[in-house]
Amino acid sequence: MRIWMLIITAVVLSFISLFVGAIDIKPSDLLDWNSDKTQIFLASRVPRLMAIILAGAGMSIAGLIMQSLSRNKFVSPTTAGTLDAAKLGILISMLFFTNVTYTQQIIFSFAFALVGTLIFMQILDRIKFKDVIFVPLIGIMYGNILSSVTTFFAYEADLIQNISAWLMGSFTLVMAGRYELLYISIPAVILAYLYANKFTVAGMGEDFAKNLGLSYKFVLNIGLILVAIIATTVVLTVGVIPFLGLIVPNIVSLYLGDNIRKTIPHTAVLGIVFLLVCDIIGRIIVHPYEIPVNVTVAVIGSVIFLIMLIRGRAYAK
Amino acid sequence: MRNNSTKLIFLAVLAIICILLYAFYDIKGGFDYAFPKRMMRIGAMVVTGVAISYSTVVFQTITHNRILTPSVMGLDSMYQVVQTLIYFFAGSLSIWVLNKYLNFGASIIAMVLFALILYRFLFRADKHPIYLLLLIGMILGTLLGSFVTFLQVLIDPLEYLSLQSRLFASFTKVNADLLYIAIGILFIAFIYGYRIMGKLDVMSLGRENAINLGINYDRMVMNILILSSVLIATSTALVGPITFFGLIVANLSYQYLVTYKHSVLILGASLISIIALVGGQFLVEHIFELRTTLSVIINFIGGIYFIYLLLKESRSAG
Repeated sequence: MRIWMLIITAVVLSFISLFVGAIDIKPSDLLDWNSDKTQIFLASRVPRLMAIILAGAGMSIAGLIMQSLSRNKFVSPTTAGTLDAAKLGILISMLFFTNVTYTQQIIFSFAFALVGTLIFMQILDRIKFKDVIFVPLIGIMYGNILSSVTTFFAYEADLIQNISAWLMGSFTLVMAGRYELLYISIPAVILAYLYANKFTVAGMGEDFAKNLGLSYKFVLNIGLILVAIIATTVVLTVGVIPFLGLIVPNIVSLYLGDNIRKTIPHTAVLGIVFLLVCDIIGRIIVHPYEIPVNVTVAVIGSVIFLIMLIRGRAYAK
Repeated sequence: MRNNSTKLIFLAVLAIICILLYAFYDIKGGFDYAFPKRMMRIGAMVVTGVAISYSTVVFQTITHNRILTPSVMGLDSMYQVVQTLIYFFAGSLSIWVLNKYLNFGASIIAMVLFALILYRFLFRADKHPIYLLLLIGMILGTLLGSFVTFLQVLIDPLEYLSLQSRLFASFTKVNADLLYIAIGILFIAFIYGYRIMGKLDVMSLGRENAINLGINYDRMVMNILILSSVLIATSTALVGPITFFGLIVANLSYQYLVTYKHSVLILGASLISIIALVGGQFLVEHIFELRTTLSVIINFIGGIYFIYLLLKESRSAG
């Protein structure tokens, strides 16, 4: 698959995404600059599209970084507790401060996502048995534990509705003024591109990386910080989107191999395409209502992941 | 063996103490009001505990491992899928919802089919490593869970309210109508189970050995799959899904009672689960006065225990 084919698909889907929704907006409506429809278009549809693009590219690349750092195809924000840790961080910030500000939430969520992923990487270091299946299994369980801690405190503090309502993972509430945090992931993605080769080397193990003259710890930390930044921005603005970072890099590596410098652009665009498709499906099926995007992504994503697990065992090794 | 019977008596006494504590501790207001309510909850917890332990132990025997359980493989999510599908296609006023027996029967048939496909597909071909099966099971659970949410969004809001009361059962909100059916099912299952205890012991020797010793292995597997589906359906319908509970109690029972006799193992696991559920609920409700549901705590402890088991198993494997 060529990159321009992916890009064209993404552009076409973006166009569809802009003109699907509860209110029927046609391209010709936009000619009148002051009409209500133009206002809706600018305040809701365009931000929504931007949010999908940023979250789709960001989450896929976060997955790619984690996979090359851990040299395990099935490690991703979903299967390493990153998203659950970010959620826990937001909850803790709500418990600590009575009137929690956005900045405080960002800081807490980021710190927890970073530390949570770091702890998982530490666990990974200790495990002798680095099976491609075994590691994500531990990661999912680790995420479950973190998330039960979140539920526990949310129950005690009567925040359960609060937490589940805005961590659902949906683009419905994305509007101008509420999603701009996501732009932070752009520099993160660019940095990821610059560091791509180093991540590959670091993934080959500490000794090997040092032999090649790489500051292993530094590169590892950069990678994890980038992942934590991306995860935090997405969780805070859109909510939890599962499986994206898991399956998109895997699909790309199926047809393009493992040179991540080469696969990063593909991964980003395919992530956007995947998320756009899921979001459009969710908006069309129950029009004029919506199915939250995390539900569509989870259904489609888990099916793809299951196929990968069953069919692709040879490839995963 | 003598040692084991003392252990079982000890567990039984502990279980009775837990039940008595939960039934009589700090009863305020009308005894006539509170007592039957508490008995209802105790009944549900005992039935659930026994059903889960029983189904988990026999399931682990026929799949020859100690980590996979019916719940972890997604069987209890299947119950929710069936209920949601019934509401989705037939509606809350259809005979499939109003007739409890029909509804329960339909769920069980669907779950047995699911269990059979799972078994045929995953376990018969012995080439799949256990961790792969486990990961597949967990992802399958996620898939079924999201599929349920997906359908629920599509259902008419009024229908959804009615469905919710059926799906969101918990230990404090027991699905009371079903309790008597559940006790009946458990009773029948036990009569059947009592007759096959010896065969189960033989089956744990492995397929080839069991066939050599005169067991109709494949038919027994079929029967046991049906049995565990029925039991899981019963417990899920009563109190909702509790994913890691079976895993904890079955493994605790293996560790505590060092034996391969199923009569001892199942009894032990059942007593441990009664202690854990009734005792745990007592602590949550009366001692710590938490708002949290017991399932959240079980998931927390179960998750940690699960990682511990995985690491232990992997060390012996690798």
